[in-house]
Amino acid sequence: MGRGALRLATIAVLVFLYVPIGIIALYAFNANRAQTWPITKYTTDWFAAALDNEGVRAAFGLSLTVAFWAMATALVLGSLAALAVHRYRFFGRDALSFALILPIALPGIVTAIALNSSVHALDVQFGTLTIVVGHATFCVVVVYNNVVARLRRTSASIEEASMDLGADTWQTFRYVTFPVIRTALLAGGMLAFALSFDEIIVTQFTAGTQETIPIWILNHLHQPNQRSIVNVVALFLILLSTLPVYLANRLTTDTSSGAAGRL
Amino acid sequence: MAVVYFGALALLLVSAFWYLDPATNTIVRSLSFKNFADLIGQPVFRTIVLRTLVVAVAVTIVDGIIAFPIAYYMARVAGPRVRAALFMAVLLPLWASYLVRVYAWSVILSENGFLSSVLNLIGLGSLSSVFGVSDVSMTVVFCYLWLPYMILPLYAGLERIPQSFFDASADLGAGAATTFRRVVLPLALPALVAGSIFTFSLTLGDYITPQLTSNSRFIGTSIAESVGVAGNVPFAAALSLVPIAIIAVYVLVARRLGAFEAL
Repeated sequence: MGRGALRLATIAVLVFLYVPIGIIALYAFNANRAQTWPITKYTTDWFAAALDNEGVRAAFGLSLTVAFWAMATALVLGSLAALAVHRYRFFGRDALSFALILPIALPGIVTAIALNSSVHALDVQFGTLTIVVGHATFCVVVVYNNVVARLRRTSASIEEASMDLGADTWQTFRYVTFPVIRTALLAGGMLAFALSFDEIIVTQFTAGTQETIPIWILNHLHQPNQRSIVNVVALFLILLSTLPVYLANRLTTDTSSGAAGRL
Repeated sequence: MAVVYFGALALLLVSAFWYLDPATNTIVRSLSFKNFADLIGQPVFRTIVLRTLVVAVAVTIVDGIIAFPIAYYMARVAGPRVRAALFMAVLLPLWASYLVRVYAWSVILSENGFLSSVLNLIGLGSLSSVFGVSDVSMTVVFCYLWLPYMILPLYAGLERIPQSFFDASADLGAGAATTFRRVVLPLALPALVAGSIFTFSLTLGDYITPQLTSNSRFIGTSIAESVGVAGNVPFAAALSLVPIAIIAVYVLVARRLGAFEAL
């Protein structure tokens, strides 16, 4: 293949990646409730309608709450697991590092029905807590992977040097280890938040009757009189997704940490 | 968290050997291979498993082919600025909500939607005559969804090949085609396999995309229905062992091909 052909193929792939996103963005301005192409009349009315919609607002709030707590849980447990696996040799270490990969490798539906039947078996009420626990399973893995990769590329001697110079365990963590893993935590936390915000399969089986934003979309996209609002919510989510990419990019250029490279 | 997760998975595994008493509609907790006998005995599940496998393999092959030119362009042709921009452009759709991207395609593929309008315009006839087979439309959507997961590892793999290898190959009289076949392809293989883990296992475990963009059922669809509609958790558990086994074999083969070092 010559350079010209390569360039053409590259452009074709970009068109393939962005045309569907562009089309759904246009439909958010479609005055007609029927989703036919071409769009004949444009309006911005649906934005006000979406903003006024109780269901959308509640779902958005729940999504933010769940993503925040899933991320917070993942940051604490994920970095503790990474520090433990990286620093100590202990019984079951290999099992733990394998176990932490499992939620990513297994299909979401398997995790989903496993959690679903356990919630039933334990007689726990389905709700925000069960969604957070469900999301935390894969969020922990994301944080763990980011932190462990960072620790692997960091020399253990800087922690030893800190100890030699008389710092205690907490001071070493506070002034040496934490600054080293800070950007990895940021990147991992951001990814965990985004994954939780976007998650649908585990949510379907742990939410009970509650609706996160993806569940709200799924429940309403077949209702003809709600589709116009679904389109607006879809456009909003697309715009929102540029934020972490922008931040990850800033993070990489500011600290050359390679945060975006490991997504 | 780990206890919750593994407790849930273990419970699921065990429950695959229980069964639902059709007379009383209660789950009988005693060792039985009834679910597995049903699974093998009913041809409908063989069709579903086969369809899921064929689509997953097709998606993997198509994505591998589509990803190569753009990954090659990014890694070996583009200057640093264009490369960074392309990296962002490929990364961005991964952050855009999964459900929104599937929804966009369901709108595009709908009757009188974007695709049928384009097909009419270029005189290819109606949508149903081209995309009548719903497995085809679903395959296109899967290719779209997971394409960045193939491009990014492949780009990293191609970038790692030293320029001197290309020079040496050319010095020894190889043309572009021979260099590609004898130098580039073997060296890029681990990265290609690494990307294929994503495209293959993500397709294999999905059920939202088949639900929204086709009327065919996937393994995941049957698992979800067994829990959600039929309340037959034991059968769902037995069914979920199928994708788990397939993915386990796939990952083991991938590891032998060196895919883990390429991630």
